[in-house]
Amino acid sequence: MERRRTTGTKSEEEQWMVEDRVGYLYAFFSSLPPNAQSALLEIRRDNHLQYLTHGLRQLGPSFSVLDANRPWICYWILHSIALLGDSVDAELENNTIEFLRRCQDPDGGYGGGPGQMPHLATTYAAVNSLITLGGHRSLSSINRLKLRTFLLRMKDASGGFRMHDGGEVDVRACYTAISAASVLNILDNDLVQNVGDYILSCRTYEGGIAGEPGSEAHGGYTFCGLAAMILINEVHRLDLPALIDWVVFRQGVEGGFQGRTNKLVDGCYSFWQGGVAAIVQRLQMVVCEQLGLSKASYLECTSGSFHDSETSDISNEEEGNTGISSPVTGTCQIRKEGQDDASYPVTLANIGFDFINSKRPMRPIFSSMHLQQYLLICSQEEAGFRDKPGKSRDHYHTCYCLSGLSICQYCSTADADSPPLPRDVMGPYSNLLEQVHPLYNIVLDRYHEAHEFFSESENTSQCS
Amino acid sequence: MNSEEELPKENEKIPFSQRPEWADVKPVPQDDGPNPVVPISYTDVFTETMDYFRAVYLADERSPRALQLTSETIKLNPGNYTVWQFRRLVLEAINADLLKELDFVDRIAEGNSKNYQIWHHRRWVAEKLGAASTVRELEFTKKIFSQDAKNYHAWSHRQWVLQAIGGWEDELAYCQKLLEDDIFNNSAWNQRFFAVTRSPLLGGLGAMRESEVTYTVNAIKGNPENESSWRYLRGLYENEAHALIKDPQVALVCLEILTAKKNYVHALSMLLDLLCHGFQPGQEIRDAVCALTSDSGTPDSDFGTMVCTVLELVDPMRANYWMWRRNMVPAQVSQSLAADGLSSLSL
Repeated sequence: MERRRTTGTKSEEEQWMVEDRVGYLYAFFSSLPPNAQSALLEIRRDNHLQYLTHGLRQLGPSFSVLDANRPWICYWILHSIALLGDSVDAELENNTIEFLRRCQDPDGGYGGGPGQMPHLATTYAAVNSLITLGGHRSLSSINRLKLRTFLLRMKDASGGFRMHDGGEVDVRACYTAISAASVLNILDNDLVQNVGDYILSCRTYEGGIAGEPGSEAHGGYTFCGLAAMILINEVHRLDLPALIDWVVFRQGVEGGFQGRTNKLVDGCYSFWQGGVAAIVQRLQMVVCEQLGLSKASYLECTSGSFHDSETSDISNEEEGNTGISSPVTGTCQIRKEGQDDASYPVTLANIGFDFINSKRPMRPIFSSMHLQQYLLICSQEEAGFRDKPGKSRDHYHTCYCLSGLSICQYCSTADADSPPLPRDVMGPYSNLLEQVHPLYNIVLDRYHEAHEFFSESENTSQCS
Repeated sequence: MNSEEELPKENEKIPFSQRPEWADVKPVPQDDGPNPVVPISYTDVFTETMDYFRAVYLADERSPRALQLTSETIKLNPGNYTVWQFRRLVLEAINADLLKELDFVDRIAEGNSKNYQIWHHRRWVAEKLGAASTVRELEFTKKIFSQDAKNYHAWSHRQWVLQAIGGWEDELAYCQKLLEDDIFNNSAWNQRFFAVTRSPLLGGLGAMRESEVTYTVNAIKGNPENESSWRYLRGLYENEAHALIKDPQVALVCLEILTAKKNYVHALSMLLDLLCHGFQPGQEIRDAVCALTSDSGTPDSDFGTMVCTVLELVDPMRANYWMWRRNMVPAQVSQSLAADGLSSLSL
């Protein structure tokens, strides 16, 4: 490594300290014999599950500062458990459904705890928790008709959403509202109206997306903005080449992602930034169109993508499928035909579903192996995951480190049905986690169950 | 008025059940159900304070003692947005002194400067106070930045103050000072962009571009590894790629960094963008890039591809990205040349 100066600016000194800590861990890892290395790379499933389940049953007094975020804690824990391929027992499942029922406001939406005002972020967390639990009782406990009323009430004149009555308007609010509406199949033109304009106003000169117009490009908001734009079928309005260039530069020498330019690595951005990187793999056609490239050059760009052994037919498949299942081609079609109101609901209802079922024409644009290494060696604790060495584990980081790990494991396979190759999964193949739907961050089979449930007419009738 | 801030702190240690002024209120326990998940072992003080808050909130009692109660509740959990929202209703109803409200937020913000609710509340108060709060709000964010120069909420608040109330006079100088302290502070670069593009006093990007390019180029020369300054330079030409590729300062700084052969990833990345937009490199730049690679057999016509290949080698973390770019470069380059009517020239 290049010799450093001994003093630097605050940013430099903080960065060097993290590099030293991470470097120390990697050096220690390299010094171990092969069997000890394998052991260290293993996901400590049982320990994580014990830590997570315990949190669902009991939290200490220090959690009082999260007393207005209890559906979030449910989601972080339940989603982590689902990623690990497990589920909670019938009693805990029942207790969770009952508890979230008490967080549901009589006028729609979910609050941070029983009796608290409904809030968009905790609504997103509660909806994702109930979908993660799955089953008729859980899914039917959501009052979708009133939820839609709540979402409409949160709609701001700018086109964005505010978090709660009298609350702040930002990109996080837009995403949580759109994601919940999309997955529950209640997304319509009234909710979508101008939200794309608001998100576009939050793009920054760096290429990423900020929380509010004028603020700094940030990983969390970039994920929220990108996912929401896809779900409302307006992703072609973002400058994707600029966004891609920004996000790939967020992966640092540690292997993990930082949230903003020149900030420190943090395991949670494995999902927020890693998720963005994985999502854009399915947007190649929009990207090529934005670059002014012809379809011929698009096919040229994508052929030879992926590992030769598995995807020699990718370009042909893409050609054959054009205009049918890909949400990306769907985007182009809608634009050409103009915004036909009548076609809107139909299109919106299937965007999330089509997205995950479209092929990935692109190989990963980030380094999946470096990220997995950071997560397994630097973020993983005996039980739970942390931001970075020197920090303590928590449920939030456990959820987003595992989500990021799942993103890494699956980003090299061309379609949703085929399992990852062993070489794409760092550590033993038993490290393989469940796959997530990257736009909602819900485990894929739970998403499919919900999609089916909320598509059925008897379940949607209350909303029409 | 009789602000809650004048009450002695000791009072807060007396249980509500023993305070005579609360004798008429029946506390409302949390409806957690018989078997809640994620149950928190609240302290007795937390439970009792929340029980009294729920009683007052449900009764919609907008009174001075309700304000006092929200203060105590917020101190226990500054993240409870329901309490903050109710507090705003109370503040309005009793026509409270909003300067004192800012004192309260000051104290809560100590140690909680990354909490959404505090900043949203502060914005609400400042909006009501209007111009009377400008200096105080700008100073308040400065104080936060002296501890944490990248505090996201504080920067959003500062931008809101500038746009909604004003106080632009010293903004560019302030950004300049922060960047002198730490040229890697991307939040300060972002604020500089905000000031340059939005300040009503500076004349906008058109008037500022030349001097900003000069400033940025100097910053790049001092720390070519600093991504912030390179992104800022691109930002100065946002949506104006043709002007970017024609600015000799941009190509020159790329050449200088490439020739020095040290920390040149961002210079190569910028050069690649220039090429994709139709920039035609001179021999010096070609030679500088060739000098970075032992692969001298690359045909001249594939200069963009060669830049990508070098990037794949020297920036292994992004090897996948540069490979992807490499696949698209020839099409992009010929596309941009065709757009310029230069398709007969080979690059």
